[in-house]
Amino acid sequence: MPIRPLALLATILSALLLVAVAACGDDDGEETTPTAAPTGTTTESTTAAATDGPSDSITVYSGRSETLVQPVIDQFEEATGIEVNVRYGDTAEMAATILEEGGNSPADVFFAQDGGALGALASEGLLTPLPDDILNLVDTPYRSHDGFWVGISGRARVVAYNTEELTEADLPGSILDFTDPQWDGRIGWAPTNGSLQAFVTALRILDGDDAARAWLEGIQANNPSVYEGNTQVVEGVANGEVDVGFVNHYYLYRFLEEQGESFPARNYYTEAGDPGSLINIAGASILESSGNKAAAEEFIRYMLSTEGQQYFADETFEYPLIDGVETHPDLVPLAQIQPPDIDLSDLEDLEGTLDLMREAGVLP
Amino acid sequence: MAISVRVFGGAASPRAPAPPLLSLIAALVAAGMLLPVAYLAIRASENGALLETLTADSTLQTLLRTCLLAGAVAAGTVAIALPAAWLTTATDLPLRRLWAVLLCLPLVFPSYVGAFAMVAALGPRGMLQDVLSPLGVDTLPQIYGFRGAWLVLTLFTFPYVLIPVRATIAGLDRSMEEAARSLGASPVAAFARVTLPQLRPALAAGLLLVVLYVLSDFGAVSILRFDSLTRVIFIQYKSAFDRSEAASLALLLVAVAMLVVWLEAGTRGRAQYHTAAVRKRAAPVRLGGWKWPALAFCFAIVAISLILPMSVLVYWLVRGLDSGQSFAFIWGAAGRSIQASGFGALACMAAALPVAVLSVRYPGLISSVVERVSYSGYALPGISIALALVFFGANYAPALYQTLPLLIFAYAVRFMPQALGGARASLLQTNPKTEEAARSLGGNRIRVFGRITVPQMLPGLTGGGLLVFLTAMKELPATLLLAPIGFDTLATQIWSSTTEAMFARAAVPAILLVLISAIPTTIMVWRDNVRSSI
Repeated sequence: MPIRPLALLATILSALLLVAVAACGDDDGEETTPTAAPTGTTTESTTAAATDGPSDSITVYSGRSETLVQPVIDQFEEATGIEVNVRYGDTAEMAATILEEGGNSPADVFFAQDGGALGALASEGLLTPLPDDILNLVDTPYRSHDGFWVGISGRARVVAYNTEELTEADLPGSILDFTDPQWDGRIGWAPTNGSLQAFVTALRILDGDDAARAWLEGIQANNPSVYEGNTQVVEGVANGEVDVGFVNHYYLYRFLEEQGESFPARNYYTEAGDPGSLINIAGASILESSGNKAAAEEFIRYMLSTEGQQYFADETFEYPLIDGVETHPDLVPLAQIQPPDIDLSDLEDLEGTLDLMREAGVLP
Repeated sequence: MAISVRVFGGAASPRAPAPPLLSLIAALVAAGMLLPVAYLAIRASENGALLETLTADSTLQTLLRTCLLAGAVAAGTVAIALPAAWLTTATDLPLRRLWAVLLCLPLVFPSYVGAFAMVAALGPRGMLQDVLSPLGVDTLPQIYGFRGAWLVLTLFTFPYVLIPVRATIAGLDRSMEEAARSLGASPVAAFARVTLPQLRPALAAGLLLVVLYVLSDFGAVSILRFDSLTRVIFIQYKSAFDRSEAASLALLLVAVAMLVVWLEAGTRGRAQYHTAAVRKRAAPVRLGGWKWPALAFCFAIVAISLILPMSVLVYWLVRGLDSGQSFAFIWGAAGRSIQASGFGALACMAAALPVAVLSVRYPGLISSVVERVSYSGYALPGISIALALVFFGANYAPALYQTLPLLIFAYAVRFMPQALGGARASLLQTNPKTEEAARSLGGNRIRVFGRITVPQMLPGLTGGGLLVFLTAMKELPATLLLAPIGFDTLATQIWSSTTEAMFARAAVPAILLVLISAIPTTIMVWRDNVRSSI
């Protein structure tokens, strides 16, 4: 009895699609529309909802991940009744997307991991200035001079170190001292990461291009392990691939949460005022093309409200940027870090930094 | 039983020109596939230093590195897939159906998951190191760089070669091999001298998919730190928001891909392989004492490409459960993955059908151009295709932008060649005389196409559709940027968790993705076995 391939395939595919439709139906109901059929009518209704729907809904492009920010977005929806549609993705890819979409972007708000992406959109004229009452919630170092973006939460540059190999006493006071040959083969970093690049830009501003080049070449001479991102750096530090890694402070806490206190890595803050203790931001902006700027402003206001900031302090272990919200007790407070005196909007010359990094052989 | 195998060389018989409708449809498909290239050309033309970008030493070195990797992976996949295909179709290997299924399953791992798992298992201070350190092994060979990228890409792409080669061996008339053996040739010699030449189209089609996959892969090379062209393109997007330079490099990738496609077409020659309608199944080759090494080979491949990554996923899950993580059910995401990938597979099959018929039945300049440009999307990094469709969608088709149809279109642009290879292979094995006979009996062209040609292509076409389904399940960049808002899939959930170091959370969607993909794969491979044993 031959098995008929066509019949079998049809059965498999229809079974799979049935499961798919049923599964989507079980969901919160919002996503059932597109499952009906990929036809023109479905298309129109979906797009209508996304772009010119009622004024109490906005679209956010988020370069920050769903697990980290969806809870606070839910809080915002509950508090204001404004519906938020969120597209999650990589910050740089989202920025490139908005650049391609130009004036037709469905997004109202761009919530980015770093200032660089926001700056790139601002310089293409795709952002609209934020009102002063929002900007003034945050100190000048953490917002754009032109008012195009504002920091929502702070993240400190730290040196993650393996606690089985090192104690804090073994670590130098300044990030600049890691060019010492004793660190040969012991450093991990992620040169494609925006925060590291922001640090290099800061170093150029603070100490000049030559000092920055010397530092890059010095680190490169120590044969650092190159990782894809901060996450992998911290993991590499913990499992002993490297002894130290240059990262943002909060990745450690994800690992501690998942793997417990025995996780063999901790953060070390370089000495007060050292360029190694730069504070970066995750920030937000409103698109020039947004059809609902009032609701978009509400969104950013909420993120900078006491409730919003408390969320970032407690749940994502980041630094709150407004007065009156306490930093998580496990973190070294900002006042004690004394980050270098630098405005994040001055870190615009990313291209110069990338050139420097290529010259030093750090980037391909 | 008298069996005749007819191998046509050259243009067998003077052919009628391609029907205009077929040419038109195939050309439309090709035009769709070329959209990303058009976009890249627009962006690259904004690069004031296009020539400098393309001729820079660093670019050429990267290009060379990338080609070396692709070549090495191709060699590795043949070394695994050829013996595996022969053992599981033509011999008395114990449990060969089971081995066939298990050997095809590595395909279901996204290369980023495979790479993460490989680093966790084989990396410095990884699991293997932990096991070996009491025995005094302090350092393992370096997994980062060329070696690791080669290993991971080989282990997770060899099924692309295995599947078409198995299908071809199963469909071959084996009487010639039997004849060779009766004349005193050893089983291996008979295989090499009689069967292998007939496998060339399947081998080349599979290798084409492997090589283009390697060219476009980002997940494995980034985690294993190998600076391939695609990784450099991503770095351009990621750190410089520089779309024109990235586009210039991507065009270079398209050029390399076209060269590879052209080479593959060259290996096809002008030969077409048809077998007579009556096929004879040869008795399986007796392995005898070679059974044990053969079993060891299959087990080793399955252990490292299937059991190892699966164990790492389960380990992440257990570790997360241990430290009290709670897991949300993700059936919604699973449903959306299946839905988008299922429609993607159907779209690719529909697009591949006319292109395959045109290129096999009406070879000529137009048909080869149409077929070859269809491969351009498959060699491009997903982000380039995603941004191309963002550009065209947002600006020229806003009603479709970020809807399911556009996402499915993106899948079709990315993965159609996977369906095309299978469709072509099936068609190559069917004799056009059947169609001619049907027409001479009064069937009109469309009727003959529907009743004779399409059914004959179905095994290859469905096999190709399955490959598309599996690949689309893992697809990330286009899904992130082009899916309807809120349309998260298993792949996007894995991505979102791993970027935040939440491996326990990533384990649930990853395991679910692997299990769901395993179901149709198992059925398909099992079915092929059943078919070939009838």
